[in-house]
Amino acid sequence: MSDQAQLLPGTLDLLILRAVSLGPLHGYGILLRIGQISGNALLIEQGALYPGLFRLARQGLLQASWGTSENNRRAKFYELTVAGRKRLREETDSWNRLAAAIAAALSPQAEEI
Amino acid sequence: MKLVDSIRFRLATLLQRSRLRAEMEEELRSHIDHRADDLERSGLSRSDAERRARIEFGAREKFKEECHEAAGGIFLATLWQDLRFCLRVLRKSPGFAIAAVLTLALAIGANAVVFGIMDGMILRPLNVPQAGNIYGTQYGSNPGWQSYPNYLDLRDRNHSFDGLAAFSFAFVGLDTGKNPSAATGYAASGNYFDVLRIQPYLGRFFHGADERGLNSAPYVVLSYAYWHSRFQDDRNVVGRTVFLNKHPFTILGVAPREFHGTVAFAFPDFFMPMVNEEQVNGGNLLHDRGSITAVFESFGHLKPGVTLAQANADVNAVGKYLEATYPQDFSHKPTLLSRQGMTAFGGAVTAFLAGLMLLAGMILLAACANLGSLFAARATDRSREIALRLALGSSRRRILRQLLTEALLIALGGGALGLLGSVALLHRLSTWQPIAEAPARLPVAPDGRVYVVALVLALLSGMLFGIVPIRQVMRANPYEVVKAGANARGSRWITVREVLLVVQIAICAVLVTSSLVAVRGLARSLHGNFGFEPRNAMLLHANLAMAGYSDDQMPAMKRRMIDAMETIPGVEQVGLVDGYPPLAYGSNFRANVYQEEATDLRQSKAALAAYDYLISPGYLEAAHTSLLTGRSFNWQDDKDAPPVAVVNREFAVRIFGSVGNAVGRHYKRQDGTRVQVVGVVEDGKYMSLNEDPQPAMFLSGLQSPSSAVYLVVRSKRDPEQLAAAMRSKMRELDAGLLTDITTWTNVLALVLFPSRMATMALGVLGLMGAMLSITGIFGMAAYSVSRRMRELGIRMALGAQRREVLGAALGRPLKLLLIGSSAGLLLGLLATRVLAFIVYQATPRDPLVLAGVVVAMSLLGLVATWIPAQRALSVNPLNLLREE
Repeated sequence: MSDQAQLLPGTLDLLILRAVSLGPLHGYGILLRIGQISGNALLIEQGALYPGLFRLARQGLLQASWGTSENNRRAKFYELTVAGRKRLREETDSWNRLAAAIAAALSPQAEEI
Repeated sequence: MKLVDSIRFRLATLLQRSRLRAEMEEELRSHIDHRADDLERSGLSRSDAERRARIEFGAREKFKEECHEAAGGIFLATLWQDLRFCLRVLRKSPGFAIAAVLTLALAIGANAVVFGIMDGMILRPLNVPQAGNIYGTQYGSNPGWQSYPNYLDLRDRNHSFDGLAAFSFAFVGLDTGKNPSAATGYAASGNYFDVLRIQPYLGRFFHGADERGLNSAPYVVLSYAYWHSRFQDDRNVVGRTVFLNKHPFTILGVAPREFHGTVAFAFPDFFMPMVNEEQVNGGNLLHDRGSITAVFESFGHLKPGVTLAQANADVNAVGKYLEATYPQDFSHKPTLLSRQGMTAFGGAVTAFLAGLMLLAGMILLAACANLGSLFAARATDRSREIALRLALGSSRRRILRQLLTEALLIALGGGALGLLGSVALLHRLSTWQPIAEAPARLPVAPDGRVYVVALVLALLSGMLFGIVPIRQVMRANPYEVVKAGANARGSRWITVREVLLVVQIAICAVLVTSSLVAVRGLARSLHGNFGFEPRNAMLLHANLAMAGYSDDQMPAMKRRMIDAMETIPGVEQVGLVDGYPPLAYGSNFRANVYQEEATDLRQSKAALAAYDYLISPGYLEAAHTSLLTGRSFNWQDDKDAPPVAVVNREFAVRIFGSVGNAVGRHYKRQDGTRVQVVGVVEDGKYMSLNEDPQPAMFLSGLQSPSSAVYLVVRSKRDPEQLAAAMRSKMRELDAGLLTDITTWTNVLALVLFPSRMATMALGVLGLMGAMLSITGIFGMAAYSVSRRMRELGIRMALGAQRREVLGAALGRPLKLLLIGSSAGLLLGLLATRVLAFIVYQATPRDPLVLAGVVVAMSLLGLVATWIPAQRALSVNPLNLLREE
C-alpha cells in the first residue's frame, strides 16, 4: 500500500479518459485498466471512480450504454466521444508540459553540485 | 394551464430521478459483483469475497450522493428529500414547530395587515388612466383646501396642468319622489371626469361645457354602488329627475363600478357640478375668495414634458400673483405639489402609516431574533446528530441545506397562516365603517401585492433565522462532539443568541413603552377639559335647507325647535349652534379678526384667526361652557340689534390684553363690521385635542342665519329614551325634516378616532411584542437550565442554597432582560416624541408610564422564567448524577 502514490486532484478524470481510449469498458474494468497501465502504482478508492464517470458523462466526454460483461453480468460500458478524444489529447499535452517543467525544476542543478 | 404543465413536468423529473437512482444503484452493485468475482477466483468464499468487495468499495452512500451531484441538477430531488426529512423531524418536536409557526404567523400577519392598509390608503394609485401623472395642488396657508375663485385662477393661469379639476364634499337630502334620505356626494368642477379621463358606465358625465355660470348645471351622476343600492340597477334612471335639498336635478349617468371618487377612503353616493352647490347648500361659498372651504382639493395631469419642479414653480408663481392682486383675501406660502387625494391631510396619514409599518417591521425582526435563537439552540441540541451525519459522510453543505430547508418550511407555514389571518382581518376592515354618518371606509382589498409582500417577508425572515446556526455547523468537529457529548461546546455561540435576545427584548420594550404612553394620553384626553361637557348631552343635527326652508324662515324654525325640546321632561338646557359644534368634523372655520382701530383689512394684517361659532341663546349654558365675565346671548341679540360676540379667554387676552378688559370693547371682522364683546368664556378645544389654546368667538346666530344646525339637549335621561322623545317632537314640528340624533360623546369619537386607532394599533403591537419577549426569555431560560442540569445537580449535592441555584440558572437571562428593557425604555421614550403628534397629551415624562413599563417588563420576566425556575429548583442531584 505505502508505495502507491496519492492521486493529484483532477488527474483521475485524465486517467479515466486514457483508460477508455483503448476501447469500451465498464467501471470495474476501467479501474483494472488504470491499475494495469500505471503498473498498480496509483491508489484509487474504488467508489471514487463513479462521481468522476458521471461528471465526464455529463460533460459529454463519455457515452455510456448497458451491456453484458465478460463475467456474464449486466454492466454499464463507457466509451470516448469525439469531444472526449479531443479533450484527452489536450489534457495529455498539457500534463506532459507540466510534468516536464516540474521535473526540470526539481532535477539537481549545476550550482548545487 | 401553465401551472398544471409545470407541476407535471416537475413530477416527471422526479420520476426520472428515481429511475436514475435505480440505475446508479445497479451500476455500483455490478462493480462490487465484478470485484467479488475476482476475489472469489483468488480463493475466497463467495460471502467473504462479497463482504471484502463492499469494504474495498468505500462509503457507498457518500459516493452515490456525489454521483448524483456529478450527474447534475438534482436540486429538486434533494429538495424533496430534505422536505420529507424536515417534516419527519418537525413531527418529532411538535411543540417547537407549532411555537415557531405561530410566532411567525403573528409577525407576518401584522405586517400584511399594516401593508394592506398602507397599500389601500397610499400606495395604490387611483383607478384611472395615467394615474401616476396626477398631482394635487397645495395652496395658501392650509394644506389642500382652497377657495373657489382661487381655484378658477389657478386653473386658468397655470401652464403645467393638462386641465385642473376640483372637488369638495356635499351633504344633501336626496329625494327620488317618495323617500328623502341623506346622501353624501362630491361637488366637482365641470371638467372633473374629463381631467380623470374616464368614461361613464351608463349615460354620460357632465363636462366643462355644461357649466355656463352659477346654478347652470342641475345634473347629477350616480356612483355605481349608490345606483345599485338605491336604484336597484335600474338602467332607466338616466334622464330622471331627483331632488337635492328640494331642488330638481337630472340624472345624467352612472360612474364606472371601480371608480369611487378621488379620496381613497371616501365612497360618495353621487357627483354634482360645483357651480350648483350654492343652490343646494346656500351661502356664498363660490364667491368668497377668502373662504377656503369651497374646494377640498384641485388636481390634474401634468402636461407631457413638464417636470415636477417646473410645475411647482408655476403653481407658486400663480400663488404669488394672487397674493399681490388680492392682498385682502389671500396670502400665499410656497408649497409643493403632492400626491392626489392626500393634500388635505398634509403628511399626517403617511407619517402615521409609515410609523406603523416600521413598528410592524420591528415585530417581525423581533420574531426573527426569537426564532434565530430557537434554531441556534436546536442546532446545539442536535449537534450529536449533526456530528454523526458528518462522520457518516454527509457533506456540511448538505446539512446546512437541510437546516435551511427546515427554516424555510417553518417560514412558509408561518407566512401562509399569517396571510390567511390577515386576509380575513382585512376583509373585516374593508366593510367596517368607522364614522357612522359619512360613507368612509378603509379602502383595503387584499390583492396580489399583499400576498407577494407576505411571501417575500416570510422567505426573508426564514433566511434570517435560518442562517443563525450556520457557523455552528461549519465549526462542528464530529470527533469532539461524539467523544465528549454536546456539552463540551464552547460558549461562543451563546453570545450571539444573547445579542439576539437583548435586541428582541429592547424592541418589545419600545412597543410596550409607546403603547402605554398612547393609552395614558388617550385616557387623559378623554377626561380633559374641552371647554364644554360632552357627557349627558344629545346632539340633534338637521339641515333646514334640505327641507326647503328659506333664509327668512330659518330663525323662527330654530326657535320652535329649541322650545319644543325644552318641553321634554328631564331636559335641563337646550341650545343651538349653526354649522358644527366644537370638535366635530368640519368645525374648522376660522375668521380673521382685527383690532377696532385697524383700517388695513388684508388677510396678512389680521390680528388673529379665531374659530367662529354661531350660537343661539342658551347654547353656552347647554354646553356647560362657563362664562368668566359679562353675559351670554338672549333673544334680543337679533338682526336689528348691534352685532355682539362672546369670546374666549385666549381671544380676550390677545386682542384686549386681559379678560377683565374685554367686555364692552369692540373688534373688527374682515368685512369691516364692528362687533362688541359682551362676555368672555373659558378656553376650550375646537379642532383637535392636541391643539394649543386657540382664540374663538361665538356670535349670535340670530344675526346671521345658516341652514345646518346642531341642537344641544342636556339631560341626565337615558339617551335612547331621550332620542325617541326628541324624534317625536321633531316629527310634530316638520315630518319632512331629516334629523340625526346622537350623543355628543359619539360625535367626539371622530376627533378621537386617530388617537384611538393609534392606541389600538400600538396596543396590539405592544401585546405581540410582549408575547414574543415571553417566549424568547422562556426559551433562553429553559435552555440555559436544561443545559446546566448536571452542574446544578452537583451544586445542590455540594450544598448550594436555592437562591444560589436560581442565580446560577437564571442570572444570565435576567441580566439580558434588564439590559434589553433599559435600552428599549430609552428608545421608547425617544419614540414617543413622534407619537405626541397623533395622540393628545402623549408625554414620555410620566412617572406612571415609566412605572408601568418597569412593572410590565418585570412581569414578563417573571412569567417567562417561572417554569424554568421551578425546573431548576426541582433538580434531584441523585437522579441526575445516576442518569449521566
